[in-house]
Amino acid sequence: MMLRLDVLLAIIGMALVTYACRAGGYAVLRVVRPPPFIDAMLRHIPGPLFAAYVALALSNMGPETWLAAAAVVLTQWKTGNLGLSIVVGVLAVAGLRPLLGG
Amino acid sequence: MATASSVVFTRVGLRRGNRAAIPLLIGLMPFALVVGVVSQGKGLSLLETLLMSALVYAGSSQLLALELWADPAPILAACLAAFAVNIRMAPMGAALAPWMDKLRGWRLWGTLGTIVDHSFALGVADIRSGGKDAGYLMGIGVVLWTAWILLVGVGHVMGGLVRLPPGHPLFFAATATFVALLVTLWRGLARDLWPWATAALVAVAALRVGLPQPVPLLAGALSGAALAAWRERRTP
Repeated sequence: MMLRLDVLLAIIGMALVTYACRAGGYAVLRVVRPPPFIDAMLRHIPGPLFAAYVALALSNMGPETWLAAAAVVLTQWKTGNLGLSIVVGVLAVAGLRPLLGG
Repeated sequence: MATASSVVFTRVGLRRGNRAAIPLLIGLMPFALVVGVVSQGKGLSLLETLLMSALVYAGSSQLLALELWADPAPILAACLAAFAVNIRMAPMGAALAPWMDKLRGWRLWGTLGTIVDHSFALGVADIRSGGKDAGYLMGIGVVLWTAWILLVGVGHVMGGLVRLPPGHPLFFAATATFVALLVTLWRGLARDLWPWATAALVAVAALRVGLPQPVPLLAGALSGAALAAWRERRTP
Protein backbone atom coordinates (compact mmCIF):
# COMPACT_ATOMS: atom_id res chain seq x y z
CA MET A 1 0.00 0.00 0.00
CA MET A 2 1.17 3.46 -0.93
CA LEU A 3 2.30 6.02 1.66
CA ARG A 4 3.82 9.15 0.09
CA LEU A 5 5.98 11.53 2.12
CA ASP A 6 4.06 14.69 1.12
CA VAL A 7 0.73 13.05 2.00
CA LEU A 8 2.13 11.75 5.31
CA LEU A 9 3.40 15.23 6.20
CA ALA A 10 0.02 16.79 5.37
CA ILE A 11 -1.75 14.17 7.55
CA ILE A 12 0.67 14.68 10.48
CA GLY A 13 0.29 18.45 10.17
CA MET A 14 -3.50 18.18 10.17
CA ALA A 15 -3.36 15.76 13.15
CA LEU A 16 -1.14 18.10 15.20
CA VAL A 17 -3.29 21.15 14.41
CA THR A 18 -6.49 19.24 15.24
CA TYR A 19 -5.12 17.85 18.51
CA ALA A 20 -3.94 21.34 19.45
CA CYS A 21 -7.49 22.59 18.86
CA ARG A 22 -8.99 19.80 21.00
CA ALA A 23 -6.53 19.78 23.92
CA GLY A 24 -4.95 23.24 23.60
CA GLY A 25 -8.31 24.89 24.19
CA TYR A 26 -8.50 23.28 27.65
CA ALA A 27 -4.85 24.04 28.38
CA VAL A 28 -4.86 27.66 27.18
CA LEU A 29 -8.38 28.94 27.81
CA ARG A 30 -8.21 27.95 31.49
CA VAL A 31 -5.05 29.99 32.06
CA VAL A 32 -5.64 32.94 29.72
CA ARG A 33 -9.18 34.17 29.23
CA PRO A 34 -9.44 35.45 25.61
CA PRO A 35 -10.90 38.93 25.02
CA PRO A 36 -14.74 38.73 24.95
CA PHE A 37 -14.88 39.56 21.24
CA ILE A 38 -12.46 36.74 20.30
CA ASP A 39 -14.37 34.37 22.60
CA ALA A 40 -17.64 35.27 20.82
CA MET A 41 -16.01 34.87 17.38
CA LEU A 42 -14.73 31.39 18.28
CA ARG A 43 -18.24 30.34 19.28
CA HIS A 44 -19.76 31.72 16.05
CA ILE A 45 -17.26 30.27 13.55
CA PRO A 46 -19.01 26.97 12.58
CA GLY A 47 -22.06 28.49 10.79
CA PRO A 48 -20.22 31.14 8.72
CA LEU A 49 -17.45 28.64 7.94
CA PHE A 50 -19.81 26.07 6.44
CA ALA A 51 -21.84 28.84 4.73
CA ALA A 52 -18.64 30.08 3.05
CA TYR A 53 -17.67 26.55 2.07
CA VAL A 54 -21.06 25.79 0.51
CA ALA A 55 -21.17 29.15 -1.32
CA LEU A 56 -17.71 28.51 -2.81
CA ALA A 57 -18.62 24.98 -3.88
CA LEU A 58 -21.96 26.01 -5.44
CA SER A 59 -20.45 29.04 -7.22
CA ASN A 60 -18.21 26.61 -9.13
CA MET A 61 -21.05 24.27 -10.16
CA GLY A 62 -24.12 24.48 -12.41
CA PRO A 63 -27.71 25.50 -11.60
CA GLU A 64 -28.72 21.85 -11.11
CA THR A 65 -26.58 21.79 -7.94
CA TRP A 66 -28.29 24.93 -6.61
CA LEU A 67 -31.71 23.25 -6.91
CA ALA A 68 -30.26 20.06 -5.43
CA ALA A 69 -28.92 22.07 -2.46
CA ALA A 70 -32.43 23.46 -1.92
CA ALA A 71 -33.77 19.87 -1.93
CA VAL A 72 -31.14 18.92 0.68
CA VAL A 73 -32.17 21.85 2.90
CA LEU A 74 -35.83 20.88 2.63
CA THR A 75 -35.14 17.20 3.38
CA GLN A 76 -32.87 17.90 6.35
CA TRP A 77 -35.30 20.48 7.73
CA LYS A 78 -38.34 18.20 7.44
CA THR A 79 -36.79 14.83 8.39
CA GLY A 80 -33.62 15.64 10.37
CA ASN A 81 -32.09 12.61 8.63
CA LEU A 82 -28.53 13.38 7.48
CA GLY A 83 -28.15 10.19 5.43
CA LEU A 84 -31.44 10.69 3.59
CA SER A 85 -30.62 14.36 2.87
CA ILE A 86 -27.29 13.44 1.25
CA VAL A 87 -28.97 10.76 -0.92
CA VAL A 88 -31.70 13.22 -2.01
CA GLY A 89 -29.01 15.74 -3.00
CA VAL A 90 -27.09 13.24 -5.12
CA LEU A 91 -30.27 11.95 -6.80
CA ALA A 92 -31.41 15.53 -7.52
CA VAL A 93 -28.11 16.31 -9.28
CA ALA A 94 -28.32 13.07 -11.27
CA GLY A 95 -31.94 13.77 -12.25
CA LEU A 96 -31.63 17.51 -13.01
CA ARG A 97 -28.32 17.52 -14.91
CA PRO A 98 -29.79 16.11 -18.18
CA LEU A 99 -32.51 18.81 -18.01
CA LEU A 100 -30.33 21.79 -17.08
CA GLY A 101 -26.96 20.81 -18.58
CA GLY A 102 -23.78 21.42 -16.63
CA MET B 1 -23.65 19.83 39.28
CA ALA B 2 -20.80 17.45 39.98
CA THR B 3 -18.67 18.60 42.89
CA ALA B 4 -15.09 18.54 41.69
CA SER B 5 -13.86 16.22 44.44
CA SER B 6 -16.28 13.39 43.60
CA VAL B 7 -15.42 12.97 39.89
CA VAL B 8 -14.24 9.46 39.01
CA PHE B 9 -13.13 7.55 35.88
CA THR B 10 -14.39 3.96 35.89
CA ARG B 11 -14.95 0.95 33.65
CA VAL B 12 -18.69 1.31 34.28
CA GLY B 13 -18.56 4.89 32.96
CA LEU B 14 -16.61 3.74 29.90
CA ARG B 15 -19.25 1.07 29.10
CA ARG B 16 -22.08 3.54 29.63
CA GLY B 17 -20.35 5.82 27.11
CA ASN B 18 -19.94 2.91 24.67
CA ARG B 19 -23.71 2.30 24.75
CA ALA B 20 -24.55 6.01 24.43
CA ALA B 21 -22.49 6.17 21.22
CA ILE B 22 -24.38 3.40 19.36
CA PRO B 23 -27.30 5.57 18.06
CA LEU B 24 -24.77 8.17 16.87
CA LEU B 25 -23.36 5.64 14.39
CA ILE B 26 -26.43 6.04 12.15
CA GLY B 27 -25.56 9.68 11.57
CA LEU B 28 -21.83 8.94 11.32
CA MET B 29 -22.09 6.26 8.63
CA PRO B 30 -23.05 8.27 5.50
CA PHE B 31 -20.57 10.99 6.42
CA ALA B 32 -17.72 8.48 6.87
CA LEU B 33 -18.57 6.73 3.59
CA VAL B 34 -18.54 10.09 1.76
CA VAL B 35 -15.11 10.96 3.24
CA GLY B 36 -13.81 7.54 2.11
CA VAL B 37 -15.21 7.87 -1.42
CA VAL B 38 -13.93 11.45 -1.83
CA SER B 39 -10.53 10.44 -0.45
CA GLN B 40 -10.31 7.66 -3.04
CA GLY B 41 -11.44 10.07 -5.75
CA LYS B 42 -8.68 12.53 -4.79
CA GLY B 43 -6.04 9.79 -5.21
CA LEU B 44 -5.22 8.91 -1.60
CA SER B 45 -4.32 5.26 -0.98
CA LEU B 46 -6.30 3.13 1.52
CA LEU B 47 -3.38 3.31 4.00
CA GLU B 48 -3.18 7.12 3.70
CA THR B 49 -6.95 7.37 4.11
CA LEU B 50 -7.00 5.15 7.23
CA LEU B 51 -4.05 7.04 8.70
CA MET B 52 -5.74 10.40 8.17
CA SER B 53 -8.97 9.14 9.74
CA ALA B 54 -7.18 7.65 12.77
CA LEU B 55 -4.84 10.59 13.44
CA VAL B 56 -7.01 13.57 12.46
CA TYR B 57 -10.44 12.04 13.31
CA ALA B 58 -12.45 15.13 12.37
CA GLY B 59 -14.76 14.52 9.42
CA SER B 60 -15.58 18.07 8.33
CA SER B 61 -11.93 19.12 8.29
CA GLN B 62 -10.92 15.94 6.43
CA LEU B 63 -13.58 16.59 3.80
CA LEU B 64 -12.56 20.23 3.50
CA ALA B 65 -8.84 19.37 3.19
CA LEU B 66 -9.69 16.77 0.52
CA GLU B 67 -11.66 19.40 -1.43
CA LEU B 68 -8.46 21.49 -1.54
CA TRP B 69 -6.27 18.44 -2.30
CA ALA B 70 -3.66 18.52 -5.07
CA ASP B 71 -0.48 16.70 -6.10
CA PRO B 72 1.88 17.22 -4.30
CA ALA B 73 -0.22 17.30 -1.13
CA PRO B 74 -1.11 20.88 -0.07
CA ILE B 75 0.45 20.67 3.41
CA LEU B 76 -0.13 24.30 4.43
CA ALA B 77 -3.68 24.44 2.99
CA ALA B 78 -4.59 21.15 4.73
CA CYS B 79 -3.29 22.45 8.08
CA LEU B 80 -5.15 25.75 7.65
CA ALA B 81 -8.34 23.88 6.73
CA ALA B 82 -7.93 21.71 9.86
CA PHE B 83 -7.40 24.82 11.98
CA ALA B 84 -10.31 26.73 10.44
CA VAL B 85 -12.79 23.88 10.95
CA ASN B 86 -11.51 22.51 14.26
CA ILE B 87 -10.79 25.68 16.24
CA ARG B 88 -14.48 25.46 17.22
CA MET B 89 -13.46 22.54 19.48
CA ALA B 90 -11.06 24.67 21.56
CA PRO B 91 -13.80 26.09 23.83
CA MET B 92 -15.30 22.57 24.22
CA GLY B 93 -12.38 21.24 26.28
CA ALA B 94 -12.58 24.35 28.49
CA ALA B 95 -16.32 23.80 29.02
CA LEU B 96 -15.64 20.22 30.17
CA ALA B 97 -13.29 21.48 32.90
CA PRO B 98 -15.44 20.15 35.80
CA TRP B 99 -14.39 16.64 34.69
CA MET B 100 -11.06 17.37 33.00
CA ASP B 101 -9.59 19.09 36.08
CA LYS B 102 -9.83 15.79 37.99
CA LEU B 103 -8.08 13.68 35.33
CA ARG B 104 -4.36 13.15 34.84
CA GLY B 105 -2.07 11.61 32.22
CA TRP B 106 -3.56 9.51 29.42
CA ARG B 107 -7.08 9.81 30.82
CA LEU B 108 -6.96 13.62 30.50
CA TRP B 109 -5.05 13.96 27.22
CA GLY B 110 -6.69 10.90 25.66
CA THR B 111 -10.22 12.08 26.49
CA LEU B 112 -9.47 15.55 25.08
CA GLY B 113 -8.20 13.87 21.88
CA THR B 114 -11.54 12.10 21.30
CA ILE B 115 -13.77 15.20 21.62
CA VAL B 116 -16.21 15.64 18.74
CA ASP B 117 -19.42 17.70 18.54
CA HIS B 118 -21.68 14.80 19.58
CA SER B 119 -19.57 13.51 22.50
CA PHE B 120 -19.17 17.09 23.72
CA ALA B 121 -22.93 17.63 23.70
CA LEU B 122 -23.59 14.35 25.55
CA GLY B 123 -20.79 15.03 28.03
CA VAL B 124 -22.04 18.51 28.91
CA ALA B 125 -25.58 17.14 29.30
CA ASP B 126 -24.26 14.45 31.67
CA ILE B 127 -22.26 16.97 33.74
CA ARG B 128 -25.33 19.22 34.03
CA SER B 129 -27.52 16.33 35.20
CA GLY B 130 -25.04 15.48 37.95
CA GLY B 131 -22.89 12.86 36.21
CA LYS B 132 -19.59 12.23 37.97
CA ASP B 133 -17.96 9.51 35.86
CA ALA B 134 -15.58 11.07 33.32
CA GLY B 135 -15.04 7.63 31.73
CA TYR B 136 -18.35 8.26 29.93
CA LEU B 137 -16.71 10.72 27.51
CA MET B 138 -13.87 8.42 26.53
CA GLY B 139 -16.35 5.53 26.23
CA ILE B 140 -18.25 7.50 23.58
CA GLY B 141 -15.02 8.61 21.93
CA VAL B 142 -13.56 5.11 21.54
CA VAL B 143 -16.67 3.72 19.78
CA LEU B 144 -17.00 6.71 17.43
CA TRP B 145 -13.25 6.70 16.64
CA THR B 146 -13.18 2.97 15.83
CA ALA B 147 -16.34 3.16 13.71
CA TRP B 148 -15.03 6.25 11.93
CA ILE B 149 -11.80 4.53 10.80
CA LEU B 150 -13.64 1.36 9.65
CA LEU B 151 -16.42 3.17 7.75
CA VAL B 152 -14.06 5.61 6.01
CA GLY B 153 -12.07 2.54 4.90
CA VAL B 154 -15.26 0.92 3.56
CA GLY B 155 -16.04 4.12 1.65
CA HIS B 156 -12.55 4.15 0.11
CA VAL B 157 -12.90 0.53 -1.06
CA MET B 158 -16.38 1.25 -2.48
CA GLY B 159 -15.05 4.30 -4.33
CA GLY B 160 -12.24 2.16 -5.80
CA LEU B 161 -14.63 -0.52 -7.04
CA VAL B 162 -16.97 1.91 -8.76
CA ARG B 163 -14.24 4.05 -10.47
CA LEU B 164 -16.32 7.20 -10.71
CA PRO B 165 -15.37 9.83 -13.32
CA PRO B 166 -14.73 13.37 -12.00
CA GLY B 167 -17.94 15.39 -11.80
CA HIS B 168 -20.08 12.30 -11.13
CA PRO B 169 -23.26 13.22 -9.20
CA LEU B 170 -22.07 11.11 -6.24
CA PHE B 171 -19.35 13.68 -5.52
CA PHE B 172 -22.11 16.18 -4.82
CA ALA B 173 -22.53 14.16 -1.58
CA ALA B 174 -19.65 16.17 -0.08
CA THR B 175 -21.39 19.50 -0.71
CA ALA B 176 -24.76 18.02 0.26
CA THR B 177 -23.30 16.94 3.63
CA PHE B 178 -22.29 20.51 4.45
CA VAL B 179 -25.62 21.90 3.21
CA ALA B 180 -27.41 19.48 5.56
CA LEU B 181 -25.04 20.30 8.45
CA LEU B 182 -25.83 24.00 7.90
CA VAL B 183 -29.51 23.21 8.50
CA THR B 184 -28.60 21.56 11.84
CA LEU B 185 -26.51 24.62 12.82
CA TRP B 186 -29.27 27.11 11.92
CA ARG B 187 -30.63 29.01 14.94
CA GLY B 188 -33.09 31.31 13.17
CA LEU B 189 -33.18 34.31 10.79
CA ALA B 190 -32.45 36.93 13.45
CA ARG B 191 -29.18 35.33 14.60
CA ASP B 192 -27.79 33.66 11.49
CA LEU B 193 -29.04 35.29 8.27
CA TRP B 194 -26.59 38.24 8.08
CA PRO B 195 -23.47 36.47 9.41
CA TRP B 196 -24.00 33.54 7.04
CA ALA B 197 -24.85 35.74 4.03
CA THR B 198 -21.77 37.88 4.75
CA ALA B 199 -19.59 34.76 4.96
CA ALA B 200 -20.93 33.45 1.64
CA LEU B 201 -20.58 36.80 -0.22
CA VAL B 202 -17.10 37.60 1.11
CA ALA B 203 -15.86 34.09 0.28
CA VAL B 204 -17.18 34.15 -3.30
CA ALA B 205 -15.93 37.74 -3.83
CA ALA B 206 -12.45 36.79 -2.59
CA LEU B 207 -12.40 33.81 -4.97
CA ARG B 208 -13.57 35.99 -7.89
CA VAL B 209 -10.74 38.51 -7.42
CA GLY B 210 -8.31 35.58 -7.69
CA LEU B 211 -7.20 34.94 -4.09
CA PRO B 212 -5.96 31.33 -3.62
CA GLN B 213 -7.63 28.82 -1.26
CA PRO B 214 -7.98 28.73 1.70
CA VAL B 215 -7.96 32.58 1.78
CA PRO B 216 -11.54 32.97 0.43
CA LEU B 217 -12.81 30.34 2.91
CA LEU B 218 -11.10 31.90 5.93
CA ALA B 219 -12.01 35.46 4.88
CA GLY B 220 -15.66 34.41 4.59
CA ALA B 221 -15.71 32.42 7.86
CA LEU B 222 -13.93 35.10 9.90
CA SER B 223 -15.96 38.04 8.53
CA GLY B 224 -19.22 36.17 9.23
CA ALA B 225 -18.07 35.18 12.75
CA ALA B 226 -16.90 38.75 13.43
CA LEU B 227 -20.29 40.13 12.40
CA ALA B 228 -22.08 37.55 14.59
CA ALA B 229 -19.82 38.39 17.56
CA TRP B 230 -20.32 42.14 17.06
CA ARG B 231 -24.12 41.77 16.89
CA GLU B 232 -24.18 39.49 19.94
CA ARG B 233 -22.20 41.96 22.05
CA ARG B 234 -24.20 44.97 20.84
CA THR B 235 -27.55 43.44 21.92
CA PRO B 236 -27.45 42.56 25.62
